[in-house]
Amino acid sequence: MSKLDAAKIDTSPLHGLWALTNRDLKKWYKVPFIFIMSLIQPFMWLALFGKAMNLTAIFTGGSFNIPGFNIPKEVINQIGKQIMFQTFGTQDYFSYLAVGMLSFISLFTAMFSGMSIVWDRRLGFLDKVLSTPVARGVIPMAKVLSTVVRALAQAAIVLLLAILLGMDASHITPAGLLGSFAALLLLIIGFASLFVTLAIRSTSWEAQMAIMNLLNLPLLFASNAMFPVTYMPEWLQTVAKINPVSYAADICRQLLLASPGMADIGFGFTYLAAFAATLSTIGIILSWRYLSK
Amino acid sequence: MPEKIVEARGLTKIFNKRVKAVDNVDLEIEQGEIFGLLGPNGAGKSTMINMLTTVLKPTSGTAKVCGYDIVREAAEVRRSIGVVHQEYTADEDLTGLENILLCASLYGIPGSVAKQRAWELLELVELKDAAKRKVETYSGGMRRRLELACGLISRPTLLFLDEPTLGLDVQTRVAVWNYIRRLKEEYDMTIFMTTHYLEEADAMCDRIAIIDHGRILKVGAPSELKAGLGGDIVEIGVDGEKLDLTPIITEIGGVKEVKKVDRLYRIKVERGEEVAPAIIDAIRSRGVAISKLSMIKPTLDEVYLEYTGRSLREEQASEEEIRSLRRTLHRARR
Repeated sequence: MSKLDAAKIDTSPLHGLWALTNRDLKKWYKVPFIFIMSLIQPFMWLALFGKAMNLTAIFTGGSFNIPGFNIPKEVINQIGKQIMFQTFGTQDYFSYLAVGMLSFISLFTAMFSGMSIVWDRRLGFLDKVLSTPVARGVIPMAKVLSTVVRALAQAAIVLLLAILLGMDASHITPAGLLGSFAALLLLIIGFASLFVTLAIRSTSWEAQMAIMNLLNLPLLFASNAMFPVTYMPEWLQTVAKINPVSYAADICRQLLLASPGMADIGFGFTYLAAFAATLSTIGIILSWRYLSK
Repeated sequence: MPEKIVEARGLTKIFNKRVKAVDNVDLEIEQGEIFGLLGPNGAGKSTMINMLTTVLKPTSGTAKVCGYDIVREAAEVRRSIGVVHQEYTADEDLTGLENILLCASLYGIPGSVAKQRAWELLELVELKDAAKRKVETYSGGMRRRLELACGLISRPTLLFLDEPTLGLDVQTRVAVWNYIRRLKEEYDMTIFMTTHYLEEADAMCDRIAIIDHGRILKVGAPSELKAGLGGDIVEIGVDGEKLDLTPIITEIGGVKEVKKVDRLYRIKVERGEEVAPAIIDAIRSRGVAISKLSMIKPTLDEVYLEYTGRSLREEQASEEEIRSLRRTLHRARR
């Protein structure tokens, strides 16, 4: 008897990609609890960190003066505003941070892409997929793709929340939005590939957690996501200028807040594209090799 | 002559350059058979399956599965086979139906065909009513049936079953086997399976291979293997041990081997039913009283013992451990 009567079998090298991607996404959007939780976290960052760190008020609060000099309040406020603008490229820190959060949430979501592949291995799902005709490279690709969808959706919601919470939205244009999300997309592809590659042979989610915790804060703080590069010590500046997170945040700020940037937008995009292309290529090649022992 | 579905030549897998998991195995499986691979834990069963299903590459040797080379034509091999793993591999967060459809897309089966087949299979394994429930609510037996359905969605020529009934209770085990039999008839498949349960292997398999330390020790039909042991064993206990009856018993036609342990004679004979009375007569005619008599028909366990030097039954004790491991994993998942 013929094994595959009538059915037209899809034998393209990418078949199964969407099925595997959608499987991961279902775990996210089909469980309202996880979906809401994943949105609450960025909201907390914005509402608590963004609002508590009220640098604008420090400089323009009005209580600030120098004894002996009777400087008019307007002058002080003007000076404060200038300092803020020179430092952050926008007049309030909340807007600065909110846009930085877009890169941060992208990075954070991308880090988790490795976890699910560890679980797939432990629970035998990966073995099952490996015994089907799905191309080896499709397995990490599906993980990256589902992470991209999730991270971009979360970034969009963070942006929306930030605007609702008072971010300066006067410079936002459709083209600026598109450009910002393109930058984030490249950032996510790069980091998701990196973490999938790190996880592909591992059966230990503890190790994966350790790697995430190790890289999490350095990647965040050694970037301009929360503070401008200019005032960092030399060595930290060097690191921050290598860190792709900085370029994604920089592009977003230039496009969404019309801030003067750390680097040229064109250079930023080239850098991020190279980052994404390199890591995803390495990721696919290495996983292909690991998965066909 | 029937077509060869599996043809392995000198198949070898060495891990870390030292551990020979599978050692120079030659194997042939014919179209339509149920072939069982029997061996203790760590004997190389899973490595064997992993190589034949192209998950692992052999260190040396070759094999053809469904006519395709497992290294050079791995994708074609995978398209022709179905695999039901030892573990429950279904995604717990998805429903039974979603799981089957996911498998279908991994095989590249177009949506409409997949749906039709999925419902057919769900009906066959009697999961139609539970199809839209999440797998996490399924019982062990239901999960196993779902795994079977997933393995069959591509209508494979050859189905690999890795310990298909491991950790299931007796009733569920019987039920699962009924499904497997029915599916085999329905789809005219060849089945390659591994199992711990000797009764199962005896009842289900057309041919069996015993594997230990990565080597195939013996291949044959269960009945052949049992016959190969040299027939039945008659045990006779006697009163009074002064007289050694061994030479007398050895002379009786049909007796192949006599071992005396204290007052117990362990006699290997052909056709125990016919030879035993003759032995009894011979012993009695010497004036020795018989205190005990038993006859053992060889089972596959004896065959197993003969070739591997250990009893597989001892290993079945670890089954509860496996079940508890599964429960832990299941909890860890949540």
